[in-house]
Amino acid sequence: MADKGMSMGAVGERDAVLCFKAIGMDVIPTSNGDETTRALFTLVSRGVRVIFITEKAAMEAPEALKRYQSDAGVAVIPIPGSQGAGGYAMARVKANVEKAIGADILFNNDEKEG
Amino acid sequence: MASTLRVNPTRMELTRIKRRLVTARRGHKLLKDKRDEMVRQFILLVRENRALRQEVERELSAALNSFALARSVTEPELMEEALLYPARNIAIDMTTRSILSVRVPSIRVREETMRETTLSYGLAETSAQLDGAIAGLADLLPKLIQLAEVEKSCDLLADEIEKTRRRVNALEYVMIPQFEETIRFITMKLDENERGNLTRLMKVKSMIQERAEG
Repeated sequence: MADKGMSMGAVGERDAVLCFKAIGMDVIPTSNGDETTRALFTLVSRGVRVIFITEKAAMEAPEALKRYQSDAGVAVIPIPGSQGAGGYAMARVKANVEKAIGADILFNNDEKEG
Repeated sequence: MASTLRVNPTRMELTRIKRRLVTARRGHKLLKDKRDEMVRQFILLVRENRALRQEVERELSAALNSFALARSVTEPELMEEALLYPARNIAIDMTTRSILSVRVPSIRVREETMRETTLSYGLAETSAQLDGAIAGLADLLPKLIQLAEVEKSCDLLADEIEKTRRRVNALEYVMIPQFEETIRFITMKLDENERGNLTRLMKVKSMIQERAEG
């Protein structure tokens, strides 16, 4: 395992994740929340440590995402799907700021400046 | 007003609680410093996270759009066939580094796996758009990896900051006032006992004096 290194993976709608296969990621296309949860688990048990998940799939399987959120060994990162970015991933960043600081100081400031 | 701890008002208990109060105050100061520094680091990281995410979302949407375009001009079976077996497998090394004893990941791609070609198919049956889309995605890969690293660090740091904040608040608003209140209670109780003793002694003394005179 250490010799081969760890790999990266992608989970989500077939249209969006197929191209990640071409650049050498371990890809499992899914179409609903259950499949996404299973796919995440399968990838992690295969030794995939960085998993990109499309926003749509991430929204369908919030428990699975939460499960890996505090796990330092696995990074599950939402990316825009075939419909483009819906703001889900940015909302997660915002939620992190709120959790850590107590108020959303970064995003509010920028909105006022803009 | 903080409630007192349920302890016996004795001198031993008083010394014990005074010692605990000193430890609690020191712990509170340390944790508060830790929290402040973590918040500082977090703000730097989250700014980077946001900028990276905006960039990646923009570029990735463009790459996916061109991929969708390529799909539309290629037969689905041919497309599947072309991408079925990738030409390379990206290998990464995931180590951890420490930000104020929070273990955050540090991800590096193995260079040798990046040097191999990206195209896993012959050029005869696929369109040029597909080549472009895949090349675009391959160029985006370092940024995607950086985003994964930064975003995961932010996740972990936010969790740890929340925990530390709870600890700081518990010490500041519950433990320390409780100890102070208990110390006050024991001191008052001991003083009261002392006064009681003194009065009793004075009373006894005056009674003995009266008897001696009478």
